[in-house]
Amino acid sequence: MNTILTIKNLRVEGRPPGGAYVPIVRDVSLSVKKGEVLALIGESGSGKSTISLTAMGFARPGCRIAKGEVWLNGRDIMQIPPAERHALRGDEVSYVAQSAAASFNPALRIGRQVIEAPLWHGRADASSLTQQAKTLYRKLDLPNPDTIGDRFPHQVSGGQLQRLMAAMAMSCSPDLLILDEPTTALDVTTQVEVLKAFKGIIHDQGTAAIYVTHDLAVVAQVADRILVLKNGEIVEEGATEQILHEPQHDYTKTLMAAVRPAPHLLPQPAPAAETPPPVLSARNVTAAYGAVTILHDVSVDVPKGSVVGVIGESGSGKSTLARVIAGLTPLKKGTVTLEGQTLPHNVKDRGRQTLQDCQIVFQMADTALNPRQRIRDILGRPLEFYKGLKGQKRSERIAELLELVDLPPSFASRYPGELSGGQKQRVNLARALAAEPKVILCDEVTSALDTVVAAGVIELLKSLRDRLGISYIFISHDLSTIADFADQIVVMQEGRVVDQGPAEQVFRPPYHPYTKLLLTSVPKMRQGWLEEVQAGRDATPSHLVQG
Amino acid sequence: MSDTPDVSIQQTSTLSRLRLTWTAAIAGFILLIWILLAVVGPWIAPHGEAEIISPQTFAPIGEGGILGTDKLGRDVLSRLIYGVRTTLSLALITTIITFVFGVALGFAAAILKGGFDIVVSRIVEAFMAFPSTMLALVVIGAFGTSQTVLVLTVGLVMSTSVFRVSRALGYDIGVMDFVEAARARGEGTWWILTREILPNCMAPLIAEFGLRFTFSILFLSGLSFLGLGVQEPAADWGLMVQENVGGLFLGSSAALIPAACIASLTVSMNLLVDWFQQRQQGETVLEKIDE
Repeated sequence: MNTILTIKNLRVEGRPPGGAYVPIVRDVSLSVKKGEVLALIGESGSGKSTISLTAMGFARPGCRIAKGEVWLNGRDIMQIPPAERHALRGDEVSYVAQSAAASFNPALRIGRQVIEAPLWHGRADASSLTQQAKTLYRKLDLPNPDTIGDRFPHQVSGGQLQRLMAAMAMSCSPDLLILDEPTTALDVTTQVEVLKAFKGIIHDQGTAAIYVTHDLAVVAQVADRILVLKNGEIVEEGATEQILHEPQHDYTKTLMAAVRPAPHLLPQPAPAAETPPPVLSARNVTAAYGAVTILHDVSVDVPKGSVVGVIGESGSGKSTLARVIAGLTPLKKGTVTLEGQTLPHNVKDRGRQTLQDCQIVFQMADTALNPRQRIRDILGRPLEFYKGLKGQKRSERIAELLELVDLPPSFASRYPGELSGGQKQRVNLARALAAEPKVILCDEVTSALDTVVAAGVIELLKSLRDRLGISYIFISHDLSTIADFADQIVVMQEGRVVDQGPAEQVFRPPYHPYTKLLLTSVPKMRQGWLEEVQAGRDATPSHLVQG
Repeated sequence: MSDTPDVSIQQTSTLSRLRLTWTAAIAGFILLIWILLAVVGPWIAPHGEAEIISPQTFAPIGEGGILGTDKLGRDVLSRLIYGVRTTLSLALITTIITFVFGVALGFAAAILKGGFDIVVSRIVEAFMAFPSTMLALVVIGAFGTSQTVLVLTVGLVMSTSVFRVSRALGYDIGVMDFVEAARARGEGTWWILTREILPNCMAPLIAEFGLRFTFSILFLSGLSFLGLGVQEPAADWGLMVQENVGGLFLGSSAALIPAACIASLTVSMNLLVDWFQQRQQGETVLEKIDE
């Protein structure tokens, strides 16, 4: 009998403030054996995090476990008193949250936080626990395992913090580990390290684990079995091999189809015709926030009707580049030209025509739309502002715009809060399209979206390019998306352009070392990839990996 | 490519959508009565504002008037009813002045930033360093005690804290992506302020308005008690407490009744603000207990 967790007929309900309860999770049953990794996948809102939390007998505020049994180590933890259930957490079952940066207390040293749970459960005294923690740090490949516990959370990188959080979760040697999107917030290069560390430690300790994610490629690396969820119900369950290669259910097939081919599986493209003259061009741009220089001497050309993809890890200056071109961040040196005209550095000094021709779309659709304005007003304002459309004409054009981004015209009277993430991102795009620009700067527009929704947005961008001849600067850290969509690629690292050229050249050998590092870090949809990468890395001289 | 189905819009009455808790309902009821009295007071008050109805001063409840008489033999009930109007209207005007100054300067500082922000913030901090009652005493002492001076002084003194709140709100919301998007579109400062920032500050500002209103009632009553606020023969609750405080030793309740009225007004206002704030943040405490 080595089943650690069994959940039977689980039903979780939630309610809006002051509202009535509605079911979030319906009739879900699952079980996890010792040493097994079960992955829960699905879009946001599919209830995957909610299910993972119930494994601790916990529901978020405003939610309740309405029905069902949760058997952990042979007892139904929904039947035991809350105090006993509380004692289980961190002892028999522990949890790794999505954002380690938000979960660590910034005022306390890391070591103290890592050993907090076993200390609280009275497992051992502080000094012996610290020794155990150091062993864990070593297993997780953390640098300076003997001293890293003395640092504060802001003194280590995001990937290290995520691994430290795993150390915290493992410090009680729990029987069940819950990992809630632990690598979603990380760059691809960091993700590889963290995945490897997770996989190693789960294997070493023989812990059962629930891995929650929406990234199928990640799942392929770590999971033994996969549970596909949609709208709080189980769609399909099976071994990783089977789900990845022979999905049975239509929804699972859609999910698989939305995954883009890895960059170097791209077919050989036809040699490009002569590049048209650039519509937008940034020359030798240097920008800084105070004394910190973010961009060093960056030059980018956007030919008419083409897509320039900008890739790089977070902190490489991608977003700053877009902001400089839009005039939101002042540049120190260099010029930005639009159709041959040099643009003033500050957005305030630019003419209305220039502003109209170059639109920016922000990453977070949640914050980019004013929550107090109806969609009608959000889309209507640029129409009024740039084109002076009023009354009947304005509302007709709004309906056209909504149709353009595949939204029903009835959405005009809604507030952004009444839309889903993908719908908001479409409105966000429609607002840029309302100006009928020549260039759109897309700053990570698909990063916050689920695979299926993101694929829809990319399709939309493509069709707009083909129909309206719009050019894009498409900023992303997701290489698969860029490889599929962009004509030209700019690879950035620490504020400098390290590689630049047509997509087929950048993504084909011989690679620039940094591009190669990025490429090899994108998880593949097949099992065993992680081990191959690791073997490859160990053979590569380290100076190349460092870039 | 399917998105989530239509969000169903709940068809409920206006009253139930307010999600009033019972504390808020009681507080709202009390406030409504006071406001009603302020409007129709002169027609239903049994006697005039300064009319002496009895030779007996500090008459107990039931003798002379329904609520007794004050130190000059005037009807306490009538003065109370006339006093609502003075107390509420002065407090309202003061709070409006507070907000016009505080919000305008606060948002200006948040948007213009730089030199303007530094200068205004330091001046405001200098004013905040003085105890507000002291500051008001000095100004009123220098300019005399007219209602105009009173309202302006209290309004300006209290606007310092509203300035801090709105400056912080302005800074917070001014860096949101939708404000950046408006800036990238080329919108002017006025549009950004009135259409993008202000609507998103309304909830905290309304809550702040309720609080400031309460404080200004207390502040004005306090000044009246010190003899620097509303002058006799006009009726004001704070003034009534001060006039009749001597009667306490004679067993008269003429000072206690207006004091209780001030308390009912401020407590109700606070309850309403609490309810509003919690409702904006999600669930109210009582709704959670209900669970």
